[in-house]
Amino acid sequence: MGLLTNLRDSISRVTDGLFAADEPKRIGIYGPPNAGKTTLANRIARDWTGDAVGPESHIPHETRRARRKENVAIERNGRKVNIDIVDTPGVTTKVDYKEFLEHDIDKEDAVRRSREATEGVAEAMHWLREDVDGVIYVLDSTTDPFTQVNTMLIGIIESQNLPVLILANKTDLPESDVKQIANAFPQHETIPLSALEGENMDEVYTKIAEYFG
Amino acid sequence: MPGAKPDVDGPGDGVRIDMISGARMEGLTGMEKIRLILDGVREGNIVILEEGLSPEEESKLIEVTMTEISPDDFTGIEIETYPKAEATSQSFIDKLIGRETTKKLTVIGPANRIETLHKDENLISTLVSHK
Repeated sequence: MGLLTNLRDSISRVTDGLFAADEPKRIGIYGPPNAGKTTLANRIARDWTGDAVGPESHIPHETRRARRKENVAIERNGRKVNIDIVDTPGVTTKVDYKEFLEHDIDKEDAVRRSREATEGVAEAMHWLREDVDGVIYVLDSTTDPFTQVNTMLIGIIESQNLPVLILANKTDLPESDVKQIANAFPQHETIPLSALEGENMDEVYTKIAEYFG
Repeated sequence: MPGAKPDVDGPGDGVRIDMISGARMEGLTGMEKIRLILDGVREGNIVILEEGLSPEEESKLIEVTMTEISPDDFTGIEIETYPKAEATSQSFIDKLIGRETTKKLTVIGPANRIETLHKDENLISTLVSHK
């Protein structure tokens, strides 16, 4: 009886493992506001599924809810990785509705946006602790990466032992400084790209297959 | 003079700084630490932690902060730590078993009163303003 139970458990573990290997991995796209996370999520989704994930905007906190694009199958050099892309709101420690007023948004709408943004950031932190299998961390290569939010988030990701790919976005802009990003996080590989222009996406997909496949 | 109170009537007269020792934080749960920090910051105080928070606690601090932000009242927190401050002082055993120390001086204040002027591995320069 015990032998049969053990055998059944062993078979169950093997089959569970086989099915788990086929299940898409949830890859969270994280980073500070306006780093180009949604532009990247849309670029990946369009390249491999033909659909977009969400609207892009220069206004901070345009993405105020985590959005998931399921079953994005990326094939690279014989490696295939099936992922769910989770586009998350830009992480911050403060949200002031008055910042939205600078973008010609009236007070009522600004207050609503700021409330949604705070809910979205809280949701993104929860996803990071509980619900993602890997992280694509997107940084704007034209801005200083030595910020507290970046330091904390990379620390949180490392403490969760999640695989993380750091992308230095916006290389199409003249102020782009990829080396600065690489120097900020020397313990991780940094891949340059322009999600907007589609520059260096081949390498990005190769790395996604390598890191998350 | 021991026990003497400073001649301060209220928060408008100055900026209160709470320096919290590692020993004080050690006996608290994660949520108690976050409450201690946020209650102080919401009163307009600057909170300095001798030994900082773990990454998980930092994550929850951001999450709870977000739930407490409200228009014209509380806009969130400013937080600063030295990046990788204690990485080289880990013991051999800690490194061997992958245990990371979280000891890092941490400054936390209301976002509308504290502004970081400069930050590098050895210096955090902050401007604290009155309400």
